[in-house]
Amino acid sequence: MASYDFIFDSLGLREWCDGESKSGPMTMDQLLGQAAGQDADQGASIWELPFPSLDALNEACSAMPQTRNMTKGLEEGFLAVKDSLKFILDPLTQPLSWLLDGALYVSLSAPWWIVIPILLGVVFAVTKSSKLVGFVAICVFALAFIDHYDYAMKTLSIIFVCAFLCVILGVPIGIAMSRSDTMQRSTIPILDMLQTLPPFVYLIPLIFLFSVTESKLYGIAIILYAIVPVIRLTDLGIRLVDKDVIEAADAFGMSERQKLFGVQIPLALPNIMAGVNQTIMMSLAMVVIASLVSAPGLGVLVLRGIRNLELGVGLVAGLGIVLLAVILDRVTKASLARINATQNQ
Amino acid sequence: MTNDVKVSIRNLYKIFGSDPQAALEDVRGGMTKPQLLEQRQHVLGLSDINIDIRAGEITVIMGLSGSGKSTLIRHLNRLIDPTAGEIRIDGADILAYGEEALRQLRQERMSMVFQKFALLPHRTVLENAGMSMAIRGYSREEYESEANRWLDRVGLGGYGDHHPFQLSGGMQQRVGIARALTSNSEIMLMDEAFSALDPLIRTDMQNLLLELQNELHKTIVFITHDLDEALKLADHLVILNDGQVIQQGEPQGILLNPADPYIEDFVSDINRARVLRVRSVMEANEGEVDCIAGEVDHDDTLEHVIAKSRGDTSASYRVMKDGNQVGVLDMQSLVRALVPTHAAENGVRASMSD
Ligand SMILES: Nc1ncnc2c1ncn2[C@@H]1O[C@H](COP(=O)(O)OP(=O)(O)OP(=O)(O)O)[C@@H](O)[C@H]1O
Ligand SMILES: [Mg+2]
Repeated sequence: MASYDFIFDSLGLREWCDGESKSGPMTMDQLLGQAAGQDADQGASIWELPFPSLDALNEACSAMPQTRNMTKGLEEGFLAVKDSLKFILDPLTQPLSWLLDGALYVSLSAPWWIVIPILLGVVFAVTKSSKLVGFVAICVFALAFIDHYDYAMKTLSIIFVCAFLCVILGVPIGIAMSRSDTMQRSTIPILDMLQTLPPFVYLIPLIFLFSVTESKLYGIAIILYAIVPVIRLTDLGIRLVDKDVIEAADAFGMSERQKLFGVQIPLALPNIMAGVNQTIMMSLAMVVIASLVSAPGLGVLVLRGIRNLELGVGLVAGLGIVLLAVILDRVTKASLARINATQNQ
Repeated sequence: MTNDVKVSIRNLYKIFGSDPQAALEDVRGGMTKPQLLEQRQHVLGLSDINIDIRAGEITVIMGLSGSGKSTLIRHLNRLIDPTAGEIRIDGADILAYGEEALRQLRQERMSMVFQKFALLPHRTVLENAGMSMAIRGYSREEYESEANRWLDRVGLGGYGDHHPFQLSGGMQQRVGIARALTSNSEIMLMDEAFSALDPLIRTDMQNLLLELQNELHKTIVFITHDLDEALKLADHLVILNDGQVIQQGEPQGILLNPADPYIEDFVSDINRARVLRVRSVMEANEGEVDCIAGEVDHDDTLEHVIAKSRGDTSASYRVMKDGNQVGVLDMQSLVRALVPTHAAENGVRASMSD
């Protein structure tokens, strides 16, 4: 006898309960209870009254579903829509695979004596600081010297592609949010969720949807995780633009378009760039985790260190990631500072 | 100077709140601003405003903080839409304008100067000055000479490549004025344009504005909470309080005949000798008079006459305009005019308010 028999008895539902087949599979608890030769009903004292959860109610009435039925239902539901979802998402996300594969291919097949100067050139172009270029050069040469060049380049290419797509998608979303309060209200919960869900959690449905051999799997995981700050800060930046300046723009008859591209985005640029900086840092964090689903790069070495208990390999790769993080952070912050200096407000 | 009405405002009401139309009924029924706020949680911004703004004149709107000056001026280019009423510019009802017509109005026929300058911080001084032409689609080459001309005119020649943050407040407001002038609009709206500047710079800017106005004859609507500034600039003075016009007219007339204790308070602190002109206190008289001590111009200030008389209160002066006698000023009436009238006591208020 189970604790909640009385509920079903008093509601006159006993028949409905027993009408269902009693032969449902037993839970682990029941099995353990049987093995120990205990009667489920034994401790009938109020102290041992279990919470009326689905499992406890199921004990009293087998017509009630168990909690594992629920998780199973969720899984089955997902599997049922999976194919149609895949049918839509696959072609939509295919370019992501191409971009990632292309970037990986280019960065690895071009010789190092071309790639490294280009990299340093880009650093100089966005920061105009030769000191920073020197620092980046030292880091890259150090990584290459200990034969981590390929891994570092893979990680960097993935970050570039994903951060670029985050900006391409995130800035327009942020702009749309800044223009409509309804849009903002409905988007913020989604952003909150993306930001607080542990990254492992949204890897799970993605694994079901895409095959682990496709690079878009980790691409999507990284973008979902890293796109949040650029959206938030674009929205914030545009909303923070000086009301007086906007009023002046209106008073002189600017069109919405002129206002957006001539006033709002330029004045929000410092905030947008702060968002880009965070987005890049979060891509880096996620690209390491995404090595679980076959993202190449330094994360793979870290994973090897954990799996095979190769302490040295794991630690050196970890330090390499730190170096990349420092480089990316310094470079984006320096270009942010440059934008601030030209606006200086 | 033409005296056509450029902008006419008729029975304009503005009520801020969730249901302004319902509140409008109450206001028309005689509810005051505090009552409306307390009983209906609506703010009465403007109430039954009627003003004619004449072409080529400076119309000054004066009132204390919160009296609705900014709200009123923003109706003229429809940065704010009224709850009820009518605004006509050159006879055309601008409330009927669609988006395109409105944008054209703002681009070509009106310009605005702001209290906090509101320059584009990421653009150079030249680009700011040429902003209105850039909006209309002119390229930098096309607007450069026009923008530079006005920058020179406001005393900022050579600063074109600076950014606004590199300039002092006074210089930034000069850019603001150059920006308004480059747009080549007939109407200039100035919302407390000089209030953020220190007194000396402010006087400079007022003189600059008067100088420009002598040349250009724009229709200027100027907002201020400073009576000295109002009296210095105004051809037509409108005094607002709690969203209502309490008196409007020629500044000298308001000074001599304040319609309301509120205005008396306002004018009591003023240096009347410096503001009042001979024409406002003289006696119109083209005939001969005795004991004439000399001639004064009809537009001289009383201060000037006092200095000329060396304190002799028995003297009289012949008042001249363009070489002809238009009146006589005797020192006794001059001295009397220096003491503020108490409108409520001698009945001026009663006669003005009906
Ligand atoms: N958007 C708004 N919503 C509600 N009330 C408003 C709004 N804008 C202005 N008001 C109210 O309208 C009244 C007039 O405001 P306005 O800004 O026109 O005053 P002002 O004369 O320009 O004052 P100041 O000299 O301080 O600039 C004030 O009581 C203000 O609270
Ligand atoms: Mg104001």
